[in-house]
Amino acid sequence: MSAPAVDTLSRSRWRRALRGIVSTHHRNIGFGYLSISLLALVVGTGLSLIMRLHLAWPDWQLPLHGEVLPEEYLALVTMHGTLMLFFVLTVAPQSGFGNLILPAQIGARRMAFPRLNALGMWLTLASLLTLLTAFFVPGGAPIGGWTAYPPLSTTPLAGPGQGAGMDLWLGSIALFCVAGALSAVNTLTTVVKLRCEGMSWQRLPLTVWSWFTAALLAVLAFSVLLAALLLLFCDRHLHSGFFLPAGELVNGVLLQHRGDGSPLLWLHLFWFFGHPEVYIAILPGMGLTSMVLANFARRPVFAYRLMIATTLLIGLLGIVVWGHHMFVAGLNPFAGTVFSLSSLVIALPATAKVLSWLATVWGARPRLTTAMLFALGFVSLFITGGISGPILAQPVLDEYLHNTFFVVAHFHLIMAMAGVFGLFCATYYWYPAIFARQLSEALGRVHFWGTLLGAYATFLPMHLTGLAGEPRHYAQLNPGMLTTPGSVLLQATLPLQRYITVSAVFLAVAQLPFVINLLLSLRSPAVAVENPWSATTLEWAPTDIEPEVFREPCCYPVTEGQQLGAEGQQTAEGKFLTQWSPETASNPEPE
Amino acid sequence: MSLLQPSSSTFWPLPVDAAAHGPAMDAHLRLNLWIALALVALAHLLLLAGLARRRAARQKAGQAWQRLLWLEWLPLAALTVLFAWLAVGSERLWAVERFTGADPAAMQVEVTGMQFAWYFRYPGADATFGRTELALASAAAGNPLGLDPTDPHGADDLVTSQLVLPAGREVDLTLRAQDVIHGFAVPQMRLKQNALPGQTQHIHFTPETPGDYAILCTQVCGLGHYRMQAALRVLAPAEFERWLAAREAGVSNGVQP
Amino acid sequence: MPATLTPPELDRRPDRLHDRDHDHHLGEGDNGNGRRPPTDKRTGGNGEGDNWSDRPHGHRGPRERLSQARVGMFFALGGDLMFFVALVSVFFVTKSSGHFDPYSRWINEWLPTAIPSVLWLNTAVLLLSSVTAEIARQAMFHEHDAMDEWFGFGRPISKRATLWLSLTLLLGGLFLAGQWAAWDQLAAQHVFFRTNPSSHFFYLITVTHAVHLFLGIGGLIAAIMVLQGRRSLATRQVLVDSTVWYWHVMGVLWIFLFLLLEFGQ
Repeated sequence: MSAPAVDTLSRSRWRRALRGIVSTHHRNIGFGYLSISLLALVVGTGLSLIMRLHLAWPDWQLPLHGEVLPEEYLALVTMHGTLMLFFVLTVAPQSGFGNLILPAQIGARRMAFPRLNALGMWLTLASLLTLLTAFFVPGGAPIGGWTAYPPLSTTPLAGPGQGAGMDLWLGSIALFCVAGALSAVNTLTTVVKLRCEGMSWQRLPLTVWSWFTAALLAVLAFSVLLAALLLLFCDRHLHSGFFLPAGELVNGVLLQHRGDGSPLLWLHLFWFFGHPEVYIAILPGMGLTSMVLANFARRPVFAYRLMIATTLLIGLLGIVVWGHHMFVAGLNPFAGTVFSLSSLVIALPATAKVLSWLATVWGARPRLTTAMLFALGFVSLFITGGISGPILAQPVLDEYLHNTFFVVAHFHLIMAMAGVFGLFCATYYWYPAIFARQLSEALGRVHFWGTLLGAYATFLPMHLTGLAGEPRHYAQLNPGMLTTPGSVLLQATLPLQRYITVSAVFLAVAQLPFVINLLLSLRSPAVAVENPWSATTLEWAPTDIEPEVFREPCCYPVTEGQQLGAEGQQTAEGKFLTQWSPETASNPEPE
Repeated sequence: MSLLQPSSSTFWPLPVDAAAHGPAMDAHLRLNLWIALALVALAHLLLLAGLARRRAARQKAGQAWQRLLWLEWLPLAALTVLFAWLAVGSERLWAVERFTGADPAAMQVEVTGMQFAWYFRYPGADATFGRTELALASAAAGNPLGLDPTDPHGADDLVTSQLVLPAGREVDLTLRAQDVIHGFAVPQMRLKQNALPGQTQHIHFTPETPGDYAILCTQVCGLGHYRMQAALRVLAPAEFERWLAAREAGVSNGVQP
Repeated sequence: MPATLTPPELDRRPDRLHDRDHDHHLGEGDNGNGRRPPTDKRTGGNGEGDNWSDRPHGHRGPRERLSQARVGMFFALGGDLMFFVALVSVFFVTKSSGHFDPYSRWINEWLPTAIPSVLWLNTAVLLLSSVTAEIARQAMFHEHDAMDEWFGFGRPISKRATLWLSLTLLLGGLFLAGQWAAWDQLAAQHVFFRTNPSSHFFYLITVTHAVHLFLGIGGLIAAIMVLQGRRSLATRQVLVDSTVWYWHVMGVLWIFLFLLLEFGQ
């Protein structure tokens, strides 16, 4: 992964850029994926800020546009969800950082199928561009939410944006499914077949286990979504009625279909995909957190084998919990009980992971670098966001809380914030390996504290508005200043929503130190610092040796007479054995 | 009467609770919330304490399984017991509310959701709902539900845009939707159920306290989703009888509200 | 190749100071305590067979790329099968769904679509094509012919495989033509996609399978073309093997889908 030699001719700079763009090398593909995610992140965040400003101050005029209409608000919600979930939280941790780091961590020189990998990246880009064009077609972007429930999503008559906009959404996500499946096949084959000498399954870093499990989920889940999208396409354009009842009256027009489809079928298919999807989004972050915590605490990951097992278990259980999105959707109530039990069970391996994280840092006086701070932030947000999961997993409680802001708080804390903290942790941690430069720790700390405070300030109060009964997807809380019971109920949540909006703007602004940090560091010259974090995993190994692995990661042997430093910390970095170093230790820490 | 008067605790901002099954659900919800808060606080305390502490020299390797037991298996076992206990409590409440249908003596009301309004239908004196055909439905013509004029049972059906119920009597709601999925929700009755086109859903509850409550739509259904609201008016039984009688008289005189 | 021979190009690892007592190879762990006799896995000797994965990349034996391709194909086909599992589940749900009419009668409008009998012929053709494909695949691995090619005595592997793959291609094309004929026959009876729910599924299932098979035909053509060229034996083996496995899975899948359409309606 050494940087290419600098060429003074500008013509060859273009040629180099072109070669980088069409390359099948996993590093370039990883950058491609991260660029896609970055574009989606910027657009998605912008959309969310418009949403928040409109919700808090409905009369606010968007510059160059005017007032945000209710259907436009719903279009913002739909596109925000789609962009963030698919293009940021699925692409960046799994395909972006996976491509950059996975081969190095298993000692492979390349991914298993480089051309397939490149195809996946270009399909993802095509998918993103297709999605973004939905804003510009007549009718605008779709308004059914990222979940696209029929009949709203099958019937152009049902709302603006459900015509051409919905078709573009459909095509975009179908492309994404294919790309995701191809990328997952590549990841799986790489992990199974391209591990270097000595890299047994038990010696794989937890990040690799997480990418592996997420790829398994992806290959299963995206196929089902593709099937559902195909059926939705048939319903929209080929006069079938898989998701539509025999007759429905939409907008004054009676639509009739042969047969008795049900929208509930879409819900089953979609959520069978949708729940593994959110585990795909969070698993890489969990694996990275374990490894980063262990690294800066200079400890082995507590209960390493158990962590491998919990990663796989979360993946496996994630396939059988989808009904908890459908407790009040028309399911048989007995099914509700079954899904409730499986959803509660999945909290157990997640808790095991939290316990491992706590035990790994306990008493270690870790070095609080920015990457470590973000890993700790991940733990905090994962706990706070995750704890509302078991509450929502109980149908009688979900009956009250379903589709309220309580759910919005839950998934934003655990996906948007913990997931994004995972991405920031990855950036700060692997930046020296990828760019041979260092990011400023001071700016990083400012970034961390601002983001952590902003995250809690924005999303914690949403629990309260949700408990007060405020539903999701409401463009306005008290239109026309009415005094109906509904308006009075919702209007009471408006002050808190205004506060949340202010916090959200603060959270967005708090990302500026990060941007400045990146720009400043990229302008400085590259200085190769070998293994600045004294890490033990293979991506930090010198690139001139043939990689061979001799032990598990995070091996910090403590000899009998080792002295602790005056402040109770291990002196310098203490003794640590990297995975690639052949020397043996007298007392390697077994696990 | 303030709609936001909280039930008993003033910490969690739950709205007033006016249904028979509400207090039990609220109690369970509050229990869950306090436990959640406690667990979050405990976990963060452990995290911060762990970061602040410095641990003595490492124990010998042979005690790894003991650390595993205390730090992983026992807390997991405790959590499993906690979850099992919460689950049993919650499934009991769910079973009471959903596993069995309404009492045969419950009042029948049909709720129909359409873009973007709720309509409510009372069966009238013959206690039978008349037939509806989607082809006949036209809100502009005064027949939003598509009542079939040839069906005698439909002649006395009362269609309203407000749901009016007597306090203290169980009501069985039949939920229907004409066009897209709508979410019928009454936060102050702790009630929520999606209405799907082509299907009927049944939920039953007993409103206890007279007052005016909010009916909201909680499944995004189009651009008017945010204003698809209705009012639930719970009246004292005598007052409700008067209201119903007056309305049914109006229906029989050919005047729909 | 006999297990004890180590051709020099397979043993290109840099020299290292290896203590034989600290055998760190896979599956053995750090066993400096005399639990197992020290073994040098570099030659794959001691009767334990070749341990190909315990080597650097690119030196993991003649089946390295082939096994990578097979693993990749396995996962890809797994995902593809989930796609069909989803469609089949929807089939069963739709078959049993109904509604209450205004007279409170339960109406189930499922009208099975009569399958054109040409589909039986198509199934037989596809099964036959799997047989020819397998013959082609096996031909790629005949050691005797591989040695002949290596020595320069003609190209028996490519010739034999091309012959059988061409037959497979022909039969595959025949299958697709037969599917088209089936659709024509149904259209002549005015049974189109939109006619009723069971016809939705007939067309959906047969068309998606045909699209997959069309991709398989593309793979066959690519394999045949590569066989004519000068690519290495490993490359040719990978292409033919992957295509034929894909073909087999599509064939087995077709049997299941056909039985579903024929007897499951």
